[in-house]
Amino acid sequence: MSGFTEIQSRAAPVSSTGAIGWIRQNLVSTPMNTFFTLIGVYLIYKFLPPLLDWAIFSANFAGSDEHACNSGGACWVFVKQRASLFIYGFYPSEQYWRLDAVFVLLAITFVPQFFDAFPYKKWFGIFSITGLPVISYFIISGGILGLEHVETESWGGLSLTLIIAFVGIVAALPFGVLLALGRRSNMPIIRTMCVIFIEVWRGVPLISVLFMASVMLPLFLPEGVTFNKLLRAMIGIVMFQSAYMAEVIRGGLQAIPKGQYEAASALGLSYWRSMTFIILPQALKLVIPGIVNTFIALFKDTTLVLIIGLFDVLGAVQSAIVDPNWPGVATEGYVFAAFCFWIFCFTMSRYSMRLERKLHTGHKR
Amino acid sequence: MKKTITLMGAIVAVGMFATAASAATLDDVKARGNLSCGVSTGLPGFSAPDDKNNWAGLDVDTCRAVAAAVLGDANKVKFVPLTAKERWTALQSGEIDMLSRNSTWTHSRDLTLGANFTGVNYYDGQGFMVSSKLGVKSAKELDGATFCIQAGTTTELNLSDFAREHGFKYTVVTVDTSDQSVQAFEAGRCDSLTSDQSQLYGLRSKMSNPASAVVLPDVISKEPLGPVVRKGDEQWFAIVKWVLYAQVNAEEMGITSKNAKEMRGSDNPAIKRVLGSDGTFGASMGLTEDWAYNAITQVGNYGEMFERNVGMNTPLQIARGLNDLWSRGGLQYAPPIR
Amino acid sequence: MAEVEKNILKPSKPSPWNDPAVRSMVFQAVALIAVVYFFYIIFQNTLHNMETRGITTGFAFLDKSAGFGILMSLIEYDESHTYGRTFLVGLLNTLLVTFLGVILATSVGFIIGVARLSSNWIISRLAAVYIETLRNIPLLLQIFFWYFAVLQVLPGPRNSLEWQETFFLSNRGFYAPAPVFEEGSGVVVGAFILAIVLIIAIARWAHKRQEATGQQFHTVYVSLGILIGLPTIVFFLSGMPIGIEYPELKGFNFKGGTNIIPELMALLWALSFYTAAFIAEIVRAGILAVSHGQTEAAHALGLRNSPTLKLVVIPQALRVIIPPLTSQYLNLAKNSSLATAIGYPDLVAVFMGTTLNQTGQAVEIVAMTMAVYLAISLTISAFMNWYNKSKALVER
Repeated sequence: MSGFTEIQSRAAPVSSTGAIGWIRQNLVSTPMNTFFTLIGVYLIYKFLPPLLDWAIFSANFAGSDEHACNSGGACWVFVKQRASLFIYGFYPSEQYWRLDAVFVLLAITFVPQFFDAFPYKKWFGIFSITGLPVISYFIISGGILGLEHVETESWGGLSLTLIIAFVGIVAALPFGVLLALGRRSNMPIIRTMCVIFIEVWRGVPLISVLFMASVMLPLFLPEGVTFNKLLRAMIGIVMFQSAYMAEVIRGGLQAIPKGQYEAASALGLSYWRSMTFIILPQALKLVIPGIVNTFIALFKDTTLVLIIGLFDVLGAVQSAIVDPNWPGVATEGYVFAAFCFWIFCFTMSRYSMRLERKLHTGHKR
Repeated sequence: MKKTITLMGAIVAVGMFATAASAATLDDVKARGNLSCGVSTGLPGFSAPDDKNNWAGLDVDTCRAVAAAVLGDANKVKFVPLTAKERWTALQSGEIDMLSRNSTWTHSRDLTLGANFTGVNYYDGQGFMVSSKLGVKSAKELDGATFCIQAGTTTELNLSDFAREHGFKYTVVTVDTSDQSVQAFEAGRCDSLTSDQSQLYGLRSKMSNPASAVVLPDVISKEPLGPVVRKGDEQWFAIVKWVLYAQVNAEEMGITSKNAKEMRGSDNPAIKRVLGSDGTFGASMGLTEDWAYNAITQVGNYGEMFERNVGMNTPLQIARGLNDLWSRGGLQYAPPIR
Repeated sequence: MAEVEKNILKPSKPSPWNDPAVRSMVFQAVALIAVVYFFYIIFQNTLHNMETRGITTGFAFLDKSAGFGILMSLIEYDESHTYGRTFLVGLLNTLLVTFLGVILATSVGFIIGVARLSSNWIISRLAAVYIETLRNIPLLLQIFFWYFAVLQVLPGPRNSLEWQETFFLSNRGFYAPAPVFEEGSGVVVGAFILAIVLIIAIARWAHKRQEATGQQFHTVYVSLGILIGLPTIVFFLSGMPIGIEYPELKGFNFKGGTNIIPELMALLWALSFYTAAFIAEIVRAGILAVSHGQTEAAHALGLRNSPTLKLVVIPQALRVIIPPLTSQYLNLAKNSSLATAIGYPDLVAVFMGTTLNQTGQAVEIVAMTMAVYLAISLTISAFMNWYNKSKALVER
């Protein structure tokens, strides 16, 4: 007991909280990690300032013609000047309020879907896929109640994109449900027909479907019967997307335990009743993220109509950037179109993630 | 129940859009109240939307003249913009009543496409446009060059003939629309843009710096451009054919959109026949007697149509040349109306 | 007595219109008749329409000379070849861009997907930005962007960007030196093939040895050595029969070397980067699906990070990854048809575009084109199903 050796007190543990702790954990925990951080910082340094400079700091916002664009940055004046073409297409300018009205209606019916506490949310949802398309059609096309009739040839720009996407979404879902049920049916002929339908549409490119719908469909019809090019394009898109939708829904149907089917039959429900009240509500709920992803794909696919000569927002941009009065504005035009699509698709994907979280009742890791 | 509703909805939707009609194009057009005419997606001077988004051009006026003759109103035309690739299928399928889209009359198109060319509203030939910086004076110097062309045109075939004849090596960049071909040419993707000469002038006026390009003098092909109708409807074929002939005849006789009204009272029997104050030429085609009168007063004679859209006072500045009347050394010659 | 009991137990026979079996038969028969009638009507209409409009039918056009040039061809092609040949040229160009696209998209997608899961905050954020931006913008727009806004603003061939006078980049494309196979080069190619065969044999032997004895073998290093070494030795021994041809500016454009046209570059980049964003999400989901306990167990067994990933996590993640990956490959193959928008000569642009236009036989040509895509789709999904099966959980 003679020697008393003093033990040095240990250094305090490395801080794992606060800004420094966070940096230590997330950015420089190992040499490799530090290296990656440096690469990341370099990439940001290399690309972000020039991008911001181009898009905001030295961009041109004011003015009305190409001479206003002289600072070397983005020429947003061009987008501003052509905004009405990009949004309304060739729709007569004194009738723009009709499209505006439809946009407002769309917003009114869809915004509540993002708020859980909103009363009558369900009814807004039902209205948006039943009443809204009909009302919108009559507002946009006119011909009744003293509204001037506007030919579908004049529809264009972002409004046409939204019309095609919306009609596609509303129509593809019920067709998809029917096809999925058909594919799961125990009637061999029905099943085979549904399988063939689904696999054929999923196996060919949309562009060939649209081409067929736009130029060949009239060859298939009795002589003299023709219908509108826009409607034909829509039919093509709906057929194509409903095949994808059917596969998503089939996934949901397969995930429903057999007991549910048996319980429904035991209660004496007919096939359609058991599907409508027991199976489909559960199956659709399971695959909502997949359904929304299909909607996003459909929304992006509407751009392809420009190849068959319809004038959607990308078509409007494409035709505006070749204007000799506005040289070198291709990037600005594309950025604008990209932004339009990005906003809608990103919102939809966030919405689906939110639903997924809300409906996820299993155990989280 | 739900299924029934969906089905009914579909039927109603189709019913709203669909237009059923009989086999005769004329009755079809009259019943619909407008003429569906296939034009290009934008070619200055021939068919392009102007600042106010109204269609204008020589091909557009050809459609308007037919509408005036058939329906009495030159504005009752629905223009359907088509790419070169789409045009034949659109015509065959019945989507359009007539095609007036700077289309070249060739043997194979006449015989295998189910199409009938009704005449020639512009005599053209294929030429080349190059950047003036290249210093090229003739198409024969273009060995090894890259050419921009529009998909689905006779241009593609002529170019390969020309190259084989002169032992050229060449590369083609094929694009869908004439807009894209100018875009590619201006960006330098190709050394030369080759197309019908009239188009080259039109496309050059679309460039941001038209002076930077020159159209070479060489013409390597015959390109008679004209309106086209579907095979199998003789009456409609005759109408589209004779409206153009009436316009050419009118120019020859000095009838213009301005003086047609007075000329109606003229003593010249040939003029009276054209303007419908003598004979039953309209009735034999199923039209009223003022068919040609309407076309001429509302659209003009051939010369007026030409000068308004592509003539010397337009950005295209094309001289009449081959398209002058036969009596002035050109090729425009119409059979008489009698 | 027994007779009566039997009758009670037997369910009463429903009337025919209430019998599910009869009903389903009738329903199917009606559906079948309706569909057959529908197609019959369409067939009749089409025949009638084509006849009255004097449209030529049949496949005789495939033997006629095409008479137009094509920008890029993997096989010998000029104007004098037939329309049938244009079909082949277009098909090969489609397959080329699909093949390259699958490789590029998979590599980029895996890197981004792993980066998204990185513990490094900046890297994972950058990956997230990449994914959220690219997958929410339509592919056609991305193709236009690469082609019109990036590649067409490059300088012309005379002012092209160059590196060491060997590689050139201009708005006519990317030019690189090309190998020229002279006489005797067959030996070198043979050596290369031999090297590949050897590597496969060594890998098999190493695998067997490890199964039997547990000893490992440095397959990767040995393989690399053989792959590079053997052909190089043969190349020098046989007197260097393979030369290099450099691209040279002659007349209007570069001559010689290999050329990657800008249309192909734009299409390939847009397709790959777009699809990579989806693949990255699939990879992320796949890796997250492997329970963390697996990694912990592997660590407990003494495996280090890299073998844990290679031997434990990835094989299990692949099971989750493969089915959605297949559908991404299918999408890529079909999306390659957007080539027609920028003039890359794929099947849709050449055959369903130019050839259709010159011949006017829409029905035959569209049917052929659709059949090809259907065949490509079915082949890819059959292959991936087979691969999936070989990787699937083998339950005992």
